[in-house]
Amino acid sequence: MVPLSWYLILSAILFTLGVLGFLIKRNIITIFMSIELMLNAVNLTFVAFANYWNAHPAKLASGAEVVPLSGHVFVFFVMVVAAAEAAVGLAIIISIYRTRSTLNVDQVNLLKL
Amino acid sequence: MIHQVLFIFFGVICVVGAINLLAQRHPINSALSLVLVMSSLAMIYLLLGAEFVAAVQVIVYAGAIMVLFVFVIMLLNAGAEERGPGGRVALMLGIPAVIVLVGTIAWTLISRSQQFGEVKISPSDFGATSNIAHLLFTDFLLPFEITSVLILIAIMGAVVLGKKEG
Amino acid sequence: MDLKTYILVAVIKIALVVFIMLTGVAYTTLLERKVVARIQNRWGPTRVGPFGLLQPLADGVKFILKEDLVPSNVHKGLYILAPMLALAMSLVSFAIIPFGESISIAGLTIPLQITGIHQEGALSDINIGLLIILGATSIGVYGVALAGWSSNSKYSLLGSLRASAQMISYELALGLSLVGILLLAGTLSLRGIVDQQITPCLSPGNCPQPWFGISLFRFIPHWYIFPQIIAFFIYLMAAYAETNRIPFDLPEAETELVAGYHTEYSAMKFAMFFMAEYLNMFTVGCLATLLFFGGWHGPLFGPPLVQALLPVFWFALKVFFFIFLYIWIRGTLPRFRYDQLMAFGWKFLLPLAIANIIVTSFIVAWRA
Repeated sequence: MVPLSWYLILSAILFTLGVLGFLIKRNIITIFMSIELMLNAVNLTFVAFANYWNAHPAKLASGAEVVPLSGHVFVFFVMVVAAAEAAVGLAIIISIYRTRSTLNVDQVNLLKL
Repeated sequence: MIHQVLFIFFGVICVVGAINLLAQRHPINSALSLVLVMSSLAMIYLLLGAEFVAAVQVIVYAGAIMVLFVFVIMLLNAGAEERGPGGRVALMLGIPAVIVLVGTIAWTLISRSQQFGEVKISPSDFGATSNIAHLLFTDFLLPFEITSVLILIAIMGAVVLGKKEG
Repeated sequence: MDLKTYILVAVIKIALVVFIMLTGVAYTTLLERKVVARIQNRWGPTRVGPFGLLQPLADGVKFILKEDLVPSNVHKGLYILAPMLALAMSLVSFAIIPFGESISIAGLTIPLQITGIHQEGALSDINIGLLIILGATSIGVYGVALAGWSSNSKYSLLGSLRASAQMISYELALGLSLVGILLLAGTLSLRGIVDQQITPCLSPGNCPQPWFGISLFRFIPHWYIFPQIIAFFIYLMAAYAETNRIPFDLPEAETELVAGYHTEYSAMKFAMFFMAEYLNMFTVGCLATLLFFGGWHGPLFGPPLVQALLPVFWFALKVFFFIFLYIWIRGTLPRFRYDQLMAFGWKFLLPLAIANIIVTSFIVAWRA
């Protein structure tokens, strides 16, 4: 059997690799992909905890039952929001490319061209 | 035993794919590594009993969102990345910071590993589509409707932003 | 059965299915050339072997012996990966598709499906079978997109952009048209959907009886083609666009963009794209028979071994009808222009599929 902490450590590694990519890379599209990597790592945490709460039922401090499947529902919402964000973000990237003809983040540093 | 072998196999593929995303200079290779990471994450979701989430991850994330990324890379004809001065500083500061972050989290989790317990592959219908659908349409109905409005706004925004001038 | 037996049986099933499917693809090319030729009032291949039956063999030898050119300015890794990805994703769907009930050999009950198991006296398969097939077609778009881009040529890029945009547009209509079926069936597993299409018993104990030794009780009336005829029409249109066949084959027609995304490919890689396209046709035909035409249900008679294999024959017959329909339409209709194609998918099929879902869900809720 796999301890829960292994899943959480894998999620932490993926999240920090996403943060590293966001900080290091200079291409806008690669930076955006690092953001998607961070979202995926968080999804893994949600699903791992959903399984954990299913196996070890517990109550919240207020006395309400923890609904294990709400982890999966949250992953669903995260994916929807990621899709919406990807669509709008890529449209913005296309606009930036059209006006400044570059995808290098270092050169998009002035409000006026 | 098999559970551990499968988890380590797919976990290693995830981490290697993520490192490849950072190491590659051409964005198309990074995009394909991200597709690999997402597909192996879908396999890990299957190990956690989340069958519907795994299928949606492949169909929506790896099969639609990443296709959008690949389209944009193809359309903009993005070339390989050049190394600039800002990149070097970020590299020298970023990698130690990230190692410290991961180390702290991992140490905290491993030292308290007994408190957390284990994850099992169970034969129940835990992640079944009907259960998730029941939750989505009863407890989480309002967020569900709001996300549909959100997608509508995103579509309109993308169309307006993507239009050429004049 | 224990793990080792299961893996051994699965490997045998995989080898058998892959062999049969690839041979089927080869002979479908011959069928297409013959049928299109007859529609155009000529003979088609007749020289190689009797009635041209060895023509696919000659084509296979040609593809193997042809020079495998790799043009100099391509992105080598992606150029080689793209056809393999397309072919692999086309073959993945066949792991989920059930071809019949089950066969009993040497005391083991083996379900006629690569991922099916026999547990506690009942056959079951993956709970999300239909979603896995949709996922495989979604990843198949990468094969087309990467092929055109890595070829480093204007025609290939334009052709692949058009083809992949068409495929992802019609994926929506395809998925939504299947939601009506899911509302009626209540399950995503393919074997479950086929099992729901049995003529139900009128009341406990009043089940349809065999007639003169022939079990007709699984015969026609309860197939989903009857309540979901609009969904079937949408599914057929979306499937023709997904597989890039006439009337939606602008991205790969020879008179248009040279040959679209596989312009720069030769010999075996081109053969892989070709096989992937025909395997997609087979997948669509198999899905249509499973979801709309009751899968392997048909008259059953004879000794037990024949009764186990006869459903596979009915399944193959229905899939053959769909392949013939594909080829018939190819010989008859002209092709859409690209903007007409996209308008048709977004402005007609998608609202129609949504309307179908609304009407079906009203009826299902009203009946409950």
